[in-house]
Amino acid sequence: METQKTALYDYHKSLGAKFVPFAGYEMPIQYSTGIVEEHRFTRSKAGLFDVSHMGQLHAEGKFGLASALEKIIPANLKGIKLNQSKYSFLTNTIGGIYDDLIVTKVEKGFNIILNAACKNNDFKIIKNALGDKFRLTLHKNLSLIAVQGPKSSEILEKIVNKVSSLKFMNGSNFYYRNENIYITRSGYTGEDGFEISLPNNIVEDFTKKLITEGAKPIGLGARDTLRLEAGLCLYGHDINESTNPIEANLEWTISKIRREEGGFPGYDKIKSDMNGGLSRLRVGIKPEGKIIAREKTKIFSLDNQEIGSVTSGTFGPSVNRSIAMGYVKYNFSKVGTKILLEVRGKKHEAKVSELPFYKKSYAR
Amino acid sequence: MNEKKFSKQHEWVSTDGEVATVGITKHAVEMLGDIVFVELPKKGKNVEKEGQAGVVESTKAASDIYSPIAGEVTEVNQSIVDDPAAVNKDPEGNAWFFKIKIKNKSDIDILMSKADYEKFAKENPN
Repeated sequence: METQKTALYDYHKSLGAKFVPFAGYEMPIQYSTGIVEEHRFTRSKAGLFDVSHMGQLHAEGKFGLASALEKIIPANLKGIKLNQSKYSFLTNTIGGIYDDLIVTKVEKGFNIILNAACKNNDFKIIKNALGDKFRLTLHKNLSLIAVQGPKSSEILEKIVNKVSSLKFMNGSNFYYRNENIYITRSGYTGEDGFEISLPNNIVEDFTKKLITEGAKPIGLGARDTLRLEAGLCLYGHDINESTNPIEANLEWTISKIRREEGGFPGYDKIKSDMNGGLSRLRVGIKPEGKIIAREKTKIFSLDNQEIGSVTSGTFGPSVNRSIAMGYVKYNFSKVGTKILLEVRGKKHEAKVSELPFYKKSYAR
Repeated sequence: MNEKKFSKQHEWVSTDGEVATVGITKHAVEMLGDIVFVELPKKGKNVEKEGQAGVVESTKAASDIYSPIAGEVTEVNQSIVDDPAAVNKDPEGNAWFFKIKIKNKSDIDILMSKADYEKFAKENPN
């Protein structure tokens, strides 16, 4: 398959981006100043991310759409308010995760943001569940950009009037150059910020305005260090088809009514894990010293039993230390538990830690 | 000290009598990005020519460091272990990696000159 490019590709190039192939797209991994500087800029001011590779799905229909989607997504979609967003999943029959997603109730239906690597398969799953009763569109003509950081509200307000009145995990329609754009107050960095869905033909112009107002472009490298400090999962690494939301420590995403009533794939397994059947749990990990524990690093107990493995690990620039996440046997998941990480054949001490590593500052 | 010589694995070597100082090149550092972890060989260790002699990790990934020459490690630069970011600042100066007692002079002779290395680095950007 030929590598795809987002509508901002040439603009990224002009800004000095280094590209990497990611989920079938050529995406910027970093710009000239490097990952650590980009990370710090996002935490102190405002970073700009092109996430147009992600899937933007729109499901439309009058009656029964929320019920139909609830058969494959364990969120309370019948109870969601207009313009409200929820973090949820497409689950499989064993409770594993086909994809994680953000679903937003809009006037005529739902907008669903999907991971780039999963979006075509997700479309099939959703299409299959909805049948021909509802209209389903995976948008090709829309871009998605995120502006994240403490200055993002101030910067975006200069371009889009009244956007700063949005609350966290809420969205609304706005206008830019007579085009309808949809903005939600959300993100993937642990900072206050916005995600802006807009037509491909105006995205470069809009992005340039954000940069003029003080935002700086940030690549996938810093996106990864930012989300890991914020304790957020990366699909295909921290969660996948064999991890369920309870093991992933994401029980909070399933509302009370859905926990009680079920009615989505894998509910039996999820219910049993909620009721004391849990055998492993996703935890934060703080290695002693500077050693970095990357994905697949084996985790041992102090008496050398293998108890799990790391799913993400890096150096966190804002916490100024090595950080990781991974799954450990449930008995070893308590915060403060001492564990060992096997890196290049040697075992290194570490502790199970609270998540997030970096305290979030969302606009509630 | 003599002029620096360079390896295809992007290390530099400068010699002072029997002892060679080894580090990684500016070009290597640019490719690696922000360095966040350095592991060096133990003092007294005998390393082979092109043998693994350390690890550097950037925010992106881990990379092995090879010794372009064989010999016994006589000194290591603890300051870059304590402050890995120093490697980004001065890779071909203060942020040297280790010193080695040269076993075979011929190991040095076959390394590239600065001009040849720059040409090589340009042709092999990764």
